[in-house]
Amino acid sequence: MPRMTMIEAIRDALDVSMGRDDNVVVFGEDVGYFGGVFRCTAGLQQKYGRTRCFDAPISELGIVGTAIGMAAYGLKPCVEVQFADYVYPAYDQIVSEAARLRYRSNGQFTCPMVVRMPTGGGIFGGQTHSQSPEALFTHVSGLKVVEPSNPVDAKGLLIAAIEDPDPVIFLEPKRLYNGPFDGHHDRPVTPWSKHALGEVEAGHYTVPLGKASVRREGSALTVLTYGTMVYVAEAAAEETGIDAEIIDLRTLLPLDLDAITTSVKKTGRCVVVHEATLTSGFGAELAALVQQHCFYNLEAPIARVTGWDTPYPHAQEWDYFPGPARIGEAMREAMEA
Amino acid sequence: MADAPPLSLYVPEPAVRPGDTPDFSNVVIPKAGSVDRPPVDADPESLRDLAFSIIRVLNRKGEAVGPWAGLLTPDELLEGLKHMMTLRAFDARMQTAQRQGKTSFYMQHMGEEAVSCAFRKALEPGDMNFPTYRQAGLLIAGDYPMVDMMNQIYSNEADPLKGRQLPIMYSSKEHGFFSISGNLGTQFVQAVGWAMASAIKNDTRIAAGWIGDGSTAESDFHAALVFASTYRAPVVLNIVNNQWAISTFQGIARGGSGTFAARGLGFGIPSLRVDGNDYLAVHAVAKWAVERARRNLGPTLVEYVTYRVGAHSTSDDPSAYRAKAESDAWPLGDPVLRLKNHLITLGAWSDERHTQAEAEILDTVIAAQKEAEKHGTLHSGGKPSTRDMFEGVYEEMPPHLRRQRQQAGV
Repeated sequence: MPRMTMIEAIRDALDVSMGRDDNVVVFGEDVGYFGGVFRCTAGLQQKYGRTRCFDAPISELGIVGTAIGMAAYGLKPCVEVQFADYVYPAYDQIVSEAARLRYRSNGQFTCPMVVRMPTGGGIFGGQTHSQSPEALFTHVSGLKVVEPSNPVDAKGLLIAAIEDPDPVIFLEPKRLYNGPFDGHHDRPVTPWSKHALGEVEAGHYTVPLGKASVRREGSALTVLTYGTMVYVAEAAAEETGIDAEIIDLRTLLPLDLDAITTSVKKTGRCVVVHEATLTSGFGAELAALVQQHCFYNLEAPIARVTGWDTPYPHAQEWDYFPGPARIGEAMREAMEA
Repeated sequence: MADAPPLSLYVPEPAVRPGDTPDFSNVVIPKAGSVDRPPVDADPESLRDLAFSIIRVLNRKGEAVGPWAGLLTPDELLEGLKHMMTLRAFDARMQTAQRQGKTSFYMQHMGEEAVSCAFRKALEPGDMNFPTYRQAGLLIAGDYPMVDMMNQIYSNEADPLKGRQLPIMYSSKEHGFFSISGNLGTQFVQAVGWAMASAIKNDTRIAAGWIGDGSTAESDFHAALVFASTYRAPVVLNIVNNQWAISTFQGIARGGSGTFAARGLGFGIPSLRVDGNDYLAVHAVAKWAVERARRNLGPTLVEYVTYRVGAHSTSDDPSAYRAKAESDAWPLGDPVLRLKNHLITLGAWSDERHTQAEAEILDTVIAAQKEAEKHGTLHSGGKPSTRDMFEGVYEEMPPHLRRQRQQAGV
């Protein structure tokens, strides 16, 4: 089986999708000739031509707005926003237009569009190249929100997202592009080539949207997380010796509530982890759902470990980042409660 | 600089406010027939003057003159007149229905009927409009059933949009009418995307985007012009300049630029201004722009110079922000009267026939209204179900919405 980084897996998903369906078009800033600043679209213009993969003006509003028109026409645009931090100019187009088009036109017009964007920090990107804006999208009815944590899922989820009949926000944790970063920024990262989830099936396959995955089975407590934090939580479990069950949500909207409740009912304890800021973050939704559905199984308060409620800082990146030590501490507290 | 006087902010104000005498002497109206009609493949650089003049066909005597005249037969003109009269009668009935509490909201077209009615006749089946809320003439002139429009306005049990959308935010894919959002400007750039898709697929269909003078201030307008010019999208980009954005005069959105059409020049997009109250001129310019798009010559920006005679919507009273007699002073007249007089000049119409047609059209509109009201109005009779509220958010209802629908007891 081919070994791929997450970048290569994403590129392969685009390649497979463009090869299977002429209606799939890919565009964004630096996406065409150059192949994207993270190289996710390298070679696609050469292979499929300039009208299937092309460079766009620096206008996220324009990229997403034209993609909505293309989707309404019948194409399947998969556009790239260079960093999730740049998506805000397109927010109105996503929220007021893409997400509601099917509903308000009673299905006459639909928006089968994917908006890809690298998310999260850990690369010394400062406040404009590090944010995790997933909660701004999970709050919007009509969207689907996906965040893979490894090459196998990234490829299968992206193909599923492109084939989905509704708009999908596809967040790619950029710190995981080249390997499963575990939060120990002072140690080398294992490359995907040495990780089981870097073995990516060739050709077409999908990972269904709306299904979580148990990354580590355990009986002591449940960690609900996604993206980069999956490996940071794994490191915390190893280092504390706490037998945590780690659930990689993979899709935040629609959410796999069954996987969550099955695990928390088994372990009786729950720690929610994300890199995004705390207040009104997606963790608040998870905590509310867990207490609603698992209240009588809970042995301890639900804990949230997240980025602090500050802008993403530059020099203080590792003070901000919810690393293995902070997660481990929350896990210990949950065990002692 | 120590000797510089303090800065001060310039905030534009219209020349005339309530209580003042209306004055449009600053609106330069060129003579009908005086503006050239260049070939559609002319070098855009040679067309720059068109962004500062006004293309007009009908003169004061009701004659069609100049190079933009002669495209429509008397029968086609008569059809156009009837479309405008229908839209006006439709508006009057629905405006009243709103006052009677049969719906929550309405927006009429008074004074702007020619723009959407004439534009529609320049399109081919399959072309797609991305309209704003004041282009219902696209539906009327496209033979969309008035009953369905009313069902939508009433949000009744036969509403094609299941009561989900604000009144008059119609949608009909079959009639080339993209779902109106209600947000301003957003659809201008989507029209460009739709047109790009048509070009990507080597199709022959074109798109038309619509925006108002006030909404050209939105970033979406700028993005649309960038993408349209960069990719030479087969799209007609229409600005309806009706002078007023609710209570805000057009000078607030326009800034120091001479005209809204002139916005297109920096993008190298051929940009034309047209008398929006002149059915023949609107149609001729639309034809020209549509042909450019169809022949893969790229986008055209068109500014329709018109005047919003009525309120912005049923929620505002224009006497609070503009002079009462302003619409009477508007120098481009009434589009319905002007086309009527032209047809009379041609010998194809008369006052008697006009009065008779008015009565017939009113009967048709009333019949449609009665039919629609059989299916209910906003607060009485049949209405969309609560179940409909939960449907159609996604193609397939996700589990959390299923749970909420159960919780709501439907």
